Parts: sequence; structure tokens; C-alpha cells
Amino acid sequence: MLILIIVTGILLIISFLFDRQKTFNALKIAFKKLIKIIIPVTIMLIFVSIILLFLTKETITKYLTGKNIYSGSLIASLLGSISLMPGFIAFPLSGILKQNGVSFMVISAFTSTLMMVGVITFPIEKLYFGFKIALLRNVISFIIALIVALITGILFGEIFL
Amino acid sequence: MKKNIFMIGIIIIYFILILLAIIFNYEPGMKIGVNFYKFALEMIKIFPFAFILIGLFEVWVKNETIKKHLGTNSGKSGYFWAVLLGGCTIGPMIISLPVGYSLYNKGAKLSIVFTYIGAASICRIPMTIFEASCLGVKFTIIRYMGSLPLVIIFSVILGSYLSKKNYKINKGN
Repeated sequence: MLILIIVTGILLIISFLFDRQKTFNALKIAFKKLIKIIIPVTIMLIFVSIILLFLTKETITKYLTGKNIYSGSLIASLLGSISLMPGFIAFPLSGILKQNGVSFMVISAFTSTLMMVGVITFPIEKLYFGFKIALLRNVISFIIALIVALITGILFGEIFL
Repeated sequence: MKKNIFMIGIIIIYFILILLAIIFNYEPGMKIGVNFYKFALEMIKIFPFAFILIGLFEVWVKNETIKKHLGTNSGKSGYFWAVLLGGCTIGPMIISLPVGYSLYNKGAKLSIVFTYIGAASICRIPMTIFEASCLGVKFTIIRYMGSLPLVIIFSVILGSYLSKKNYKINKGN
């Protein structure tokens, strides 16, 4: 994240040197936008904090280990949709799942939905793009994740069509 | 406004409950508190900077530039830029939402905005490197080859469906 701070700092300085007024306007826009989503984001974090009490690494591992590949993928995609975790937690977890004998197809269903489908971030998405788009985009993302999981399963030779 | 007051109420009650959990040493409550703290810290580290970048983007980048490269007449190269931009997005996927919204307000077409958000969720570069090291390069390549084309195809379909319906996104966020 350090890179983000450095890039922002450099751009801000350059911007300031070129045009003070514009830079102040930019900061004003940033502040206004930030204020607008503080409450929805806090609510989202409250949900995340409660959901993660139940969806620990151990529970996810327990749910996904030793399942039939199809039902496993379905459970994985649902777990991925409702949880929210950064990559540095999700991928080591996936590595553990792999060691436990969970197939790539199930892991793919989990990581893809985790990345693309956001039930928890839905209210934020709705705030920007409206209910309809947020809903359509998430449903489509869910379908894409399932297709990708199937492709993964086929190419790793885990399922045969 | 009413909705905001309701949400603020929930937030206050939540913090009171967390405080009570700490006072009475109630473990699940304290765990929830720690979860909140961890994620809030992640957000605080990223959001202010991301929004300053969005602010700079809004004052410096001309509407015409965005219209030309990402607008209705941008053609195939628009999708290329959207994927590239998505791949370079830093932080959690949620950051791509206000960025996509700003792009839209500057004149980017919907299908490109969806492609950008999709790309930002599936192929952020730092995340990809981490994924490949945990699950193998083959897994990552398959995921890319599978999901990127699908994201673009579905974005085009969704975009043209919405513009046929003349769907407009609310301004002012």
C-alpha cells in the first residue's frame, strides 16, 4: 500500500505546482466523496466483522474438505459470495485447502466468487450504480465464476464431460 | 436523511455492544471487535488516498479524453484500457466502484465501466502474483483465460441492454 501513498503524494505535489486552485478543488471533491460513503462503509464493516466470526479459516476448511466436487463447488461459491477477505488471507487459505485435498475446481469457485461477487459490498455498489445494475452485475459475476470453476475442473482433469 | 439517522443508530449500538463485550470479557464480542478493527484499518489506509486520486482525476482529466478513449465510439481499444486500468488498481475491489463511477460521469460507456470493475476484481497485478505463488501458475492462467473474456462479453451484453433501455445512473455521489 506504500506505493499508493507515494503515487498520491507525488501527483498531489505536481498538481499543486501546476494549479493551486484545481488541487484544492480535487481535495474538496475527495473529501466530499469520502464523507458520503463513510456511513455505508462502516455498516459494511459491521457486517463483515460479524460474518467473519462464523466464517473462520477453520470453518471454511471444514465445509470444503472431503465434499463431492459439484456440491463442494456450489458451497464454495456461496461462501465466496458472502465473505470478504483480502488476497493475503484468501490465497494462503486456498493453499491450505489444496493441501487438504480440495480440488482446484472447488478452490476456483471459492476464489472467483470471493473476488467478483460481493453480497456484503452490495449496498455500496447500489449507492453508485443503482439497485438494478448492482444486482445484474453480481448475478452475472456469479455465473462467470461458476463457468470459470467448470473450466478449471476440466483443464485440471478433475471432471469429465 | 432518515435512513442515515437509522444507520448511525445501528453504528452507535454496535460500538456500545462491542464496548460491553470488552468490559465483560465476552469472547465472541471481542472477536467481532478485532475483526472490525482489522478491516477498518485496511480501509483507512487506502480510502483517503484513493479518493484524492479520484479527485485529481476529476479536475485534471478532460471529459473529451475519456469520451474519446472509453466512450461510445471508442471501439475495441477502450476495453484494452479498461482491463489495463483494472489490473493496475490497488487495494480491495470496492475501490473500483467509485473509480468506475467517476469514469462513467466523465463519459465512459457502461460496458467499459463494467469491464473495468470486472478486471479490477479479477486481475489486479499484486494479487495475481500472490495467487500464482500460492496455487500455481497454471491455475492463475486458466482463471485469467476463462474469466477475462467472459467479463468482457457479459459487460458488452449488459452495457448494450442497459443503453437500449436508456438506463441512467444517478449523479452526485
